[in-house]
Amino acid sequence: MATAHKHPNYLAILTVVELAVIFMPLGKVTIGVLLCALALGKATLVAMYFMHLRFETRTLGLVAVTPLVIATLLVFVLLPDGFAVVHQTADKKAAVTEPAKH
Amino acid sequence: MSQAAVHSAVEPAETPLTPDSWGKLGMWIFLAGDAVGFGTLLAAYGMMRATSGDWPNPYAVLGINLTAAMTFLLICSSVTMVKALEWLGNGDRARAKVYLFLTALGGAIFVSLQAYEWSHLIHRGLHINGNPWGAALFGTSFFIVTGFHGLHVTGGVIYLVAMIRYVSNRPQPAASYNAVEITGLYWHFVDLVWIMVFTFMYLL
Repeated sequence: MATAHKHPNYLAILTVVELAVIFMPLGKVTIGVLLCALALGKATLVAMYFMHLRFETRTLGLVAVTPLVIATLLVFVLLPDGFAVVHQTADKKAAVTEPAKH
Repeated sequence: MSQAAVHSAVEPAETPLTPDSWGKLGMWIFLAGDAVGFGTLLAAYGMMRATSGDWPNPYAVLGINLTAAMTFLLICSSVTMVKALEWLGNGDRARAKVYLFLTALGGAIFVSLQAYEWSHLIHRGLHINGNPWGAALFGTSFFIVTGFHGLHVTGGVIYLVAMIRYVSNRPQPAASYNAVEITGLYWHFVDLVWIMVFTFMYLL
């Protein structure tokens, strides 16, 4: 617990870095990847030190990681729906533009 | 005295996962479930945004100055939560209660700022069923995700105020240490979720 209060500084620094990243002259994808990495880093710090996960048993760590796995699977569950929406929108656009040609 | 006895009877140090108490294990399992809830919301948000042709630029519409300040505030309230537990561990109940109060105050200010932000955005035309900038789902997802998080903060403030009373009612600092640590788990989790929400809904 004595170590816990030294880490919040990193969180503040990382937030400043996040804000700085937005204004950096970088590509959109690079900024996105950087922001995601920074957010994950901050979340890990909070879980490890604030929530003492680093000092708990490994099995409790598994309990904590489970939602991450489920959330990742969720993205794949949603992907088919996502593609369906994209295709529908494309079909609609095609349907709208075709009569205009005649 | 009797309460200390009840405390040790309710939470024997027998759980292999969290040797301090069963309550801690219970909170972790609750938080894991809650994380799936937030994960679902954010995954759905990402999918709706990725498949939408006219999603507004959140950064331009929402503005991030106020939200960045709110993020700092929430991180600071996590620090005061750590301090509260630290003082309780050192046997200083009075200081622990002050820091618990500061944590609750930080949460209350956060929710107030969020209400202020919402009212401004609604005034500018961001509604749950449509907005002037593009995809209607932008407003829907914004209000549902930030609202769900705001409800968690509100619940946390009530939880923290209840814990001040809990500490007051127990003359032995050690008798409330575990319960305050569990409160901290919840509060830090709310902070953790905000880090994600801030990144995905405001910055990206």
